[in-house]
Amino acid sequence: MTTASQPVPAPPARVRGPAQDVAGLGVTRALGFLAPALLLIGAFLVFPAIWTIYIGITNYRLTGVEAVSPSIVGLSNYTKALNDALFHNALWLTVLFVLGSAIIGQNILGFMLAWTMRRARPAVRRTVEGLVLLAWILPSTVVAYLWIAFFDRDTGTLNSILGAQGTAWLIDYPMVCLVFFNTWRGTAFSMMLYSSALQAVPPSQLESARMVGASGWQTLRDVVFPHIRGHVLTNTLLISLWTANDFSPFLLTKGGPNHESETVPVYIYNVALQGGELGYSSAISFLLLIANLLVALLYLRLLRRRS
Amino acid sequence: MRRISRLSRLAVLGSAAVVLLTGCLGSSDSGSAGQDSNRNADAKKVELTIGSNSVKGGKNSSGATFTQDVLIPAFVADQKTKGVDVTVKFEGDGSDDEVYKQKLALSLSNKAGPDLINIDGIWVGEFAQAGYIKPLTDTVGDAAKVDDWDGWKQIPDSVQQLGSFEGKRYGVPGGTDGRVLYFNKKLFQQAGLPADWQPKSWDEITSAAQALKKLPGVTPVQINAGTAMGEATTMQGVLPLLVGTGATINTDGKWLGNSSQIRQVLDFYKGIYSTGLGDPVLQREAKGRDKSFAEFAANKIGILLEGDYFWRSVVQPKEGVAKMADRDAAVGYALIPASKPGGGIKGQDFVSMSGGGATAINPNTKFPQQAWELLQFMNSADMVKKSLNGAAKITQRTDVNAEVLAGDPMLNFVATKVLPLTQYRPGLAEYPKISAALQQATADVVGGKSTDAAAKGYETAVEAAAGSKDKVTSN
Amino acid sequence: MTPAYVVRRIGFYILICIVTLFFAVPMLWIASAPFDSSPGLGVHWPDWTLENFRKTLAHPYAMHSMVNSLLICITTAVAVTAFAALASYALSRVRIPGRDALLYGLLLLSSVVTGTAAMVPIFVMMFQLGLIDSRFGVALVMTGGLLPAAIFILKDFIDAVPKSYEESARVFGASTLQILRDVVVPVARPGLATILVWAFVNSWGNFLVPFLLIRSIDKQPGAVLLQTFTDEGGSANLSVIPVFSLLFSIPVVVLYLLVNSRYGFRFHGGIKS
Repeated sequence: MTTASQPVPAPPARVRGPAQDVAGLGVTRALGFLAPALLLIGAFLVFPAIWTIYIGITNYRLTGVEAVSPSIVGLSNYTKALNDALFHNALWLTVLFVLGSAIIGQNILGFMLAWTMRRARPAVRRTVEGLVLLAWILPSTVVAYLWIAFFDRDTGTLNSILGAQGTAWLIDYPMVCLVFFNTWRGTAFSMMLYSSALQAVPPSQLESARMVGASGWQTLRDVVFPHIRGHVLTNTLLISLWTANDFSPFLLTKGGPNHESETVPVYIYNVALQGGELGYSSAISFLLLIANLLVALLYLRLLRRRS
Repeated sequence: MRRISRLSRLAVLGSAAVVLLTGCLGSSDSGSAGQDSNRNADAKKVELTIGSNSVKGGKNSSGATFTQDVLIPAFVADQKTKGVDVTVKFEGDGSDDEVYKQKLALSLSNKAGPDLINIDGIWVGEFAQAGYIKPLTDTVGDAAKVDDWDGWKQIPDSVQQLGSFEGKRYGVPGGTDGRVLYFNKKLFQQAGLPADWQPKSWDEITSAAQALKKLPGVTPVQINAGTAMGEATTMQGVLPLLVGTGATINTDGKWLGNSSQIRQVLDFYKGIYSTGLGDPVLQREAKGRDKSFAEFAANKIGILLEGDYFWRSVVQPKEGVAKMADRDAAVGYALIPASKPGGGIKGQDFVSMSGGGATAINPNTKFPQQAWELLQFMNSADMVKKSLNGAAKITQRTDVNAEVLAGDPMLNFVATKVLPLTQYRPGLAEYPKISAALQQATADVVGGKSTDAAAKGYETAVEAAAGSKDKVTSN
Repeated sequence: MTPAYVVRRIGFYILICIVTLFFAVPMLWIASAPFDSSPGLGVHWPDWTLENFRKTLAHPYAMHSMVNSLLICITTAVAVTAFAALASYALSRVRIPGRDALLYGLLLLSSVVTGTAAMVPIFVMMFQLGLIDSRFGVALVMTGGLLPAAIFILKDFIDAVPKSYEESARVFGASTLQILRDVVVPVARPGLATILVWAFVNSWGNFLVPFLLIRSIDKQPGAVLLQTFTDEGGSANLSVIPVFSLLFSIPVVVLYLLVNSRYGFRFHGGIKS
């Protein structure tokens, strides 16, 4: 599920007050309620995931000799990854991609939209929000074509606008293109999350900030930010994780030219499908999972320090 | 409540156990060995499936249309006269070749998949090694029955390599192609070169190029190099040259590493691109190959190494992507010479490389005998001719070629002169990586590195791809 | 109306214009190319024609793939919403130690499993279950992949349903199921609707899972078909792709508009900061 329109959870692992079984659900029925979801998750998520981790310690391929008799190679896939210049390249590009399109792009644009749209006329607000949301719900295969047409070298929209015929954007500046693309694609989530978060800021405090003549920036920093700090963290974490695992760069550039836009999910795809090295690609998937986990733990720490 | 977490822990443990039990990948292959190849031979109701990476309204649409609308009805009718009720299904995909390959391999590794499978010739080896396909004589059971098929006599031995691996036939080849040297007769005339040019060694190519160099605005030679052109560099560059040195890229399971032959090929590249006989910038452009077509059509390239596709679809006077209205008069073609007379593979004077697909039988088919019948039917002269639907293309069958190519001297030249001496790429799993290493080596020399440095870099890449030094020959 | 105010307003509108253009311009292609007699990769005022629509409708598999997409995605969206609702209610109201950590782990796993590396396990498992070439099987795999995140979002909505509602309903003698049906579901409805749309949108664009698990081209959904629209030589078929892209986008947009107008579209119940 590699579309940018990823979901949307609330901050996890926050200990709320003891849950109360107010509806008289009872343990048996609670288990019954959980059963279908757990069964499906167990069968279609946990089981394949563990299997993937197992493949990661073999030299399995789908064709050739290793398909018949794969052998367990222990951690050598992992040591190979540590020395693999292409994997380092993919990691670095993923960091750039997340930093540029999620942490800076979607976050700032999303907040700016939420902040300015508060006071905009309903018609303006509906139009802008509608467009931003449309970018988010369109199917990713369609979105890929939109952006290929936008960046096309010979007849692309961007070149028509700039009057710069012949600039091959996706070849000359692939990462810049991807950052713009993903900002466009995913800003809706940040915008919606910040919109609801801003409603939690007491209007009276904004009013008094205005009374004492605080500048816009001071208001944001001293009044608004303390209220939405948790949301900023939650939002940043979620969009970072989704962006890091996003496969849509493949649809635009296939990782090229010459690996210049090959983020980790694209690298995994290329290793698994073009190279057929399933063992190695599974190991890299697992490394990506670990990286996700580290980012998530960092976030939980920051969140806890807050309270 | 603790029960729940204990339960989930149990679930995790349970699934882990299942993994260990069933997760033995690529279960030991005993599959069809124990199967009777005459199973269901007398069945009156038969179901067969043909799998191919083609789809109506998409990739290779004409192939899919032929299979669904011509081949299948004809075969069903044919079997009806024998009192057999056959249903043939077509499973078309129409996606990226690599994705199709993995999907097919997933099915085959689970002993499922279509009964007849259409694959690229370069996959035959890796599929065979994985046990996904077996020699036809094993699957059909009766060696005589396979070997006596009269179709084999019509398929040149060299073309049969396409469906073969380690000397055994795994499938019947489909259409194929061949590579030649094209040259622009107009430029040749201006440079005082003969219109019936046929170089007999690499030196003669170079001397013709030096004559062409005197013409203003003309790039004398285009031999694909570099990574931007991908497989086109390997197929229309390195490999045809390499077989001209008497070597193949893989011999008896060993890849050719840093060797005198590789260095000889790289030296030739260096000779072309460092002395202004070729255009090194073009080799780096993303659409370099398309551009070389356009330049050839515009009389700006003298000599070009390409496949018959170039003649059929690129400079084709009416529908080509780089049309040449005077193609028949202006474009000459010659066999690719070995480095020196008799220096090519098998002592040949001339060499070429070819590609194409093959159709194999799934060893786990329920109806091996009927699948073999369908495979023969599919490759009968009548069906092969019908599959062309009026177009002139090189088929696997000599008799069909003689008939459909009669009006096209160039394709006829490829079918009769090139195919008998052509070579195919090794169908091994490591091939794509070796190919990438070859492309990189040419990129290095064209970019100015010394032949020795490029060959050393190539050696390192080949050893990594092959997995060990033992699988690489160097000298 | 101080000058500073005027400058700020003008700045504001310029900003809005830039942002709107940024989001709108890439979409122009899908509005113009389908109607153009020579559609290319680029936007220009179309030379109006409906020829591309005729070609697309005449494509042997294009329109039927929409039906397949609907079958797969409706099943997925309904299953995800129903199972996530049940599970998130149980998780919200019954306290389980380590619950959040468990859910969080599953959420992280879902990113691995939906990637390409897991294609072998998923294929082999579905094969053993006899669910290859089945649209239902595809829906099952997608449901499994989407559930953890769905439970996460929904749990937040349900946490926000005031417990006092349920308590008072109980005081009046309502049974548990009545409470669920008449109290919890109505309050959490925007959340349920949002999850439904989200699950639908995510499964609608998924290419790899159906591609691997379905064999017959006439059962493939639109996302797979879109990848097969090439000409004989393998380059993109630009008379079919724009029209199909446009038609393929309609269901998600309609669903979103429907849900948005009835329930509002939002992503959390009442995140407490």
